[in-house]
Amino acid sequence: MASDRIERFTRTERAVHWVHATAFMTLLASGLTLWLPRLSELVARRPLVKAVHIDAAVAWLVALAVVVAVGDRRRLRETLRELDLFDDDDLLWLRRHPAPQGRFNAGQKVNAILTGAFAVLFAVSGTLLWLGERDHAFRFASTIVLHDGLTLVSLALFAGHLYLAVLHPATRHALRGITTGSVDRQWALVHHRKWARGRE
Amino acid sequence: MERGETRTYGRRAFLGVTAVGLSSLLWGRAAWRDLGGAAQPLENALPPALFPTGWRIYTVADHMPSFDRATWRLRIDGLVGRPRTLSYDELRALPSAEQVSTFHCVTGWSVSNVHWRGVRFDDLLATAGLRQDANVLTFVSAEKPYVDTLTLAQARLPDAMLAYEMDGRPLPREHGAPVRVVIPDMYGYKGVKWVERISVDSVAEPGYWEQRGYDSDAWVGRSNGL
Repeated sequence: MASDRIERFTRTERAVHWVHATAFMTLLASGLTLWLPRLSELVARRPLVKAVHIDAAVAWLVALAVVVAVGDRRRLRETLRELDLFDDDDLLWLRRHPAPQGRFNAGQKVNAILTGAFAVLFAVSGTLLWLGERDHAFRFASTIVLHDGLTLVSLALFAGHLYLAVLHPATRHALRGITTGSVDRQWALVHHRKWARGRE
Repeated sequence: MERGETRTYGRRAFLGVTAVGLSSLLWGRAAWRDLGGAAQPLENALPPALFPTGWRIYTVADHMPSFDRATWRLRIDGLVGRPRTLSYDELRALPSAEQVSTFHCVTGWSVSNVHWRGVRFDDLLATAGLRQDANVLTFVSAEKPYVDTLTLAQARLPDAMLAYEMDGRPLPREHGAPVRVVIPDMYGYKGVKWVERISVDSVAEPGYWEQRGYDSDAWVGRSNGL
């Protein structure tokens, strides 16, 4: 008889998730303090907050690079393949029809893809803001609009992600998967049937 | 047990979103301005602490100056007939002017329809009297070491002023209480906040941002590579 728990996320996957999560929350808190006048006034120490924001951004990219360098790259490539491929069930699921899902459901795939694209765009626009303060050639009127727009959309995605991971009764078990690596087999058979079935 | 074919939608979505995001460096600002009008009712419904007001507060020191009406003074010195020290009430007693203008920041954001009230520089300087060799006004902020300059001709533009009210209320702390420079034709870094001293000089020393490579004549749309 199979055990009651099955491994859903490798250590490398969890490391990528938590590096990104920690950096995102640090950058969000410091970024909002730089952005919203009331918070700016409350904290008042802009040079310090700005330094935290920039250092956190550099640490985020370095830490991601380190995880990829020392982690299980074969499994990460497999993860990317899973996120890339959408089958008929995924498309049904996105149209809110019940359809059996793989290790990632279609919504999780969309969230991961947007998170990846936003990471690139945040890094590019942030670098341009930093360079623009030093050299006219890198100063574009729309850089800050992109950086702010990404923040607003990310905030909405983050709120939804937190709700599903922490509050929503049907899905919050997934939090155990991303912290310990494994999830309850029965839960997986309901929510990620195609993946859990294949591992019996 | 996948049914039907699988499609590589993931990489396409990733590349598509990234490409649209990068292209927005060309069209983002115009779109944001249009969207800003549409989002106005939403913006008005939310508490100001939670929603971006369009402003952002750039400071360079670890401490934001606070204003005490009883002890605050504005010093006007340098190439003047009589150096003056004005209290807040004395400043408010000078002839006042009002205007509605757009504020442009060199980093790309703008706030339109800002209602200012304050003193025109000619009315302010008349209290001290300019000497023949006076050419430049140096505005010294209580936020050290922020400083910037305007030529007398720039300070005499019809919509340049030393403002003490913004949108019908005394200038809030984060906007430079009690007085800041307003010159709508130039980027905001010329609008020194928390002004505590105006020195009249013959030549301009580089201001805080000028020392860091920004233009001294910061005309909106015609300076700083924009």
